[in-house]
Amino acid sequence: MLGKTANGLYWMYRYLERAENTSRLIETGQRIGLTRTGADDDEWRSVMKTAGVDQGYLATHDDINKDDVIDWMLRSKDNLSSVQSGISTARQNARLVRTALTHEVWEAMNGCFMASQKALARKVSERDLPTALGLVRQRTALVRGATHGTMLRNDMYNFARIGTFLERANATARILDVKYYVLLPSVYSVGSSIDNVQWETILRSVSGRGGYRMVHGNNTNPRDIAQFLVLDKRMPRSLNFCARKVLDNLEHLSSDYGIEPKSLELAKTLVSRFAHNDIDVIFEEGLHEYIQSVLGAFSDLGRQVEIDFRFYE
Amino acid sequence: MSEKNIFDEMLGTEGQLRAPYAEFNHWFEGEDPARLRAKQREAEEVFRLMGITFNVYGRTEAEERLIPFDIIPRIIAAREWKKLSKGIEQRVRAINAFLHDVYNRQEIIKAGRVPREMIANNEAFLPQMLGMTPPGGIYTHIVGVDLVRTGDDDFYVLEDNARTPSGVSYMLENRETMLQMFPELFAKNKVQSIQNYPTDLRRSLAACAPAACEGTPTVAVLTPGVYNSAYYEHAFLADQMGVELVEGHDLRVVNGRVAMRTTRGYKPIDVLYRRIDDEYLDPLSFNPESALGVPGIMDVYRAGGITIANAPGTGIADDKAIYSYMPDIVEFYTGEKAILKNVPTWRCSEAEPLAYVLDNLSDLVVKEVHGSGGYGMLIGPTASKREIEAFRRKLKARPGNYIAQPTLSLSTVPIFNKAGLTPRHVDLRPYVQCSPKGINITPGGLTRVALKKGSLVVNSSQGGGTKDTWVLED
Repeated sequence: MLGKTANGLYWMYRYLERAENTSRLIETGQRIGLTRTGADDDEWRSVMKTAGVDQGYLATHDDINKDDVIDWMLRSKDNLSSVQSGISTARQNARLVRTALTHEVWEAMNGCFMASQKALARKVSERDLPTALGLVRQRTALVRGATHGTMLRNDMYNFARIGTFLERANATARILDVKYYVLLPSVYSVGSSIDNVQWETILRSVSGRGGYRMVHGNNTNPRDIAQFLVLDKRMPRSLNFCARKVLDNLEHLSSDYGIEPKSLELAKTLVSRFAHNDIDVIFEEGLHEYIQSVLGAFSDLGRQVEIDFRFYE
Repeated sequence: MSEKNIFDEMLGTEGQLRAPYAEFNHWFEGEDPARLRAKQREAEEVFRLMGITFNVYGRTEAEERLIPFDIIPRIIAAREWKKLSKGIEQRVRAINAFLHDVYNRQEIIKAGRVPREMIANNEAFLPQMLGMTPPGGIYTHIVGVDLVRTGDDDFYVLEDNARTPSGVSYMLENRETMLQMFPELFAKNKVQSIQNYPTDLRRSLAACAPAACEGTPTVAVLTPGVYNSAYYEHAFLADQMGVELVEGHDLRVVNGRVAMRTTRGYKPIDVLYRRIDDEYLDPLSFNPESALGVPGIMDVYRAGGITIANAPGTGIADDKAIYSYMPDIVEFYTGEKAILKNVPTWRCSEAEPLAYVLDNLSDLVVKEVHGSGGYGMLIGPTASKREIEAFRRKLKARPGNYIAQPTLSLSTVPIFNKAGLTPRHVDLRPYVQCSPKGINITPGGLTRVALKKGSLVVNSSQGGGTKDTWVLED
């Protein structure tokens, strides 16, 4: 396959994943706004920081208010990570790699684009927000479903999956990066309602509340949340899970191509880090520093994949 | 031109149902118009979801538009098609022979059948092609011959498309859509299949592989990119043939071959079906500003390292001034009279015809020699006085740039609109594949239809639509 095609598949699925993650963050932000009074702006600031879109917002807006933030994250064409931009970019990449996609995947992607164009054509009122976000989630899920159900498990699929999981790992790591302080033992104020809400927020932004409860029961506490999001092997958005998936796909590529690319080494190192780490050790070393170094490792891995498989000239 | 004398392919000139449409008409009369209207909308939805769109040039934001699709098929009898395809085959053979001659011995010039300056001074003539023979001796691997009809047995070639004829994806998708929407129609009418076009094309291109090819030929489609107006078609053809869709920046010359950058390294290409114009093909040989092409590809080509389809320089054969010599060209190379008629053509480069054209502008169609897409032409009978005067000035300033033809009364085929069945003018572009193994003509082609009442302009860029084209079995 062409290097350009690998690149297109990788970014198609990265942007699709990003659109979905951003929609989840908007939902979380709105949810906090509903359940809390005051400190609203701070919350939206941190939501934007998590999505990495706060700088762009502040450069184009005078103040932080809910409506503007939602619009910025949901629809803005100036924000390359808005839901709308993400879906457009994913679809543009899908057009580039059409020959690599099955008809079902292309139609799901194009349908996702058309439906969200329509739903997000005008500013979305708070009342219509859940419907709009639900539609985005459903439509992106349809693309993923068509991908699972119809794509050949070959190198094309591997690049699609590597894009998906690098983006997802990045999203989870950023949530932890921005919110790490509410998980630190120093601010333990067990039972305090504020922290309960904060912890809920973290789980909600990775659609992880149900899963967490199955694993850890109703006892919500920072140590278990961190364990769940960083190390859990079953949680499909945990850093460990994402790293393993990237490794699986690189191993498949490596045996398919009969090569040992450098990216495979990086992925192995990353996965072994999670295997040997204990959450208490991570807390001891410093959660923030740990997350930052993991973020860096994922980003290096992504760059190395681009080089190893000749995405660019 | 009165509407009365126009030949309608369904109802003739006298309103009498013609035989090829008998079964269809029977079906149509039993259909509820409301259902058909719903089907028409459904078809549009399908096209949009499939992304069967073309990009519109000259707009600030790239916009994707649908080419309107009309659900009433255009039906051609087997007997009519046999004659047409014989004529097309003869013409395409002559075009290939002409190209080889023009770039090699130039017998036709020596024989005085085509003036030397028509060739030497032609923008489409590429001196870089002189003295070389492309692999397999084929210049035009894919040809689209634009035909119009004026009566029961009167077909004319309006123009030859020997460079990169487009629209074949619409031919295939139109059929696919009709099959999905009206399967019962295909049970009652025996329509010749066109679905093998992509497989045939791949085989035909592979049969033109260059000497340097080892093993199974690697074919690829070269597109200018995702913003090109015909990008959908490029992707469609690559997909259907099961070959890579490449852009200039995916390619480079490696060890004397043109190779594409794959995830496993550079892989040589044997046959490149290019959908970019000659001048962008190679910045080292042609337009140095071009970023769409491949530096050095012409050297590889001349050394027998790659087949370029269609060959560079084929434009000399579909130039509108050369067109007027086609009856001579066919006769010169085949020794037979041309089966398909040419539209009488006045060459404005010559004094006498020019005088005639200037005197009769309001009755004629005047076209630019190198124009395409229906741009830059004058349709005398429907033009305003001001338009005619403006065109007269352009024509006087550069007469050599134009040819003129009588306004043909193009046949009509009904479209389905609010009024039910309404006649609209059509043309037909059948698609032809050429290789050393032979000439293959797909039964049917792309029918383009002018959706505006009375209009003769069928180009999609100017409000034309398309129809499925049926050739019935014997």
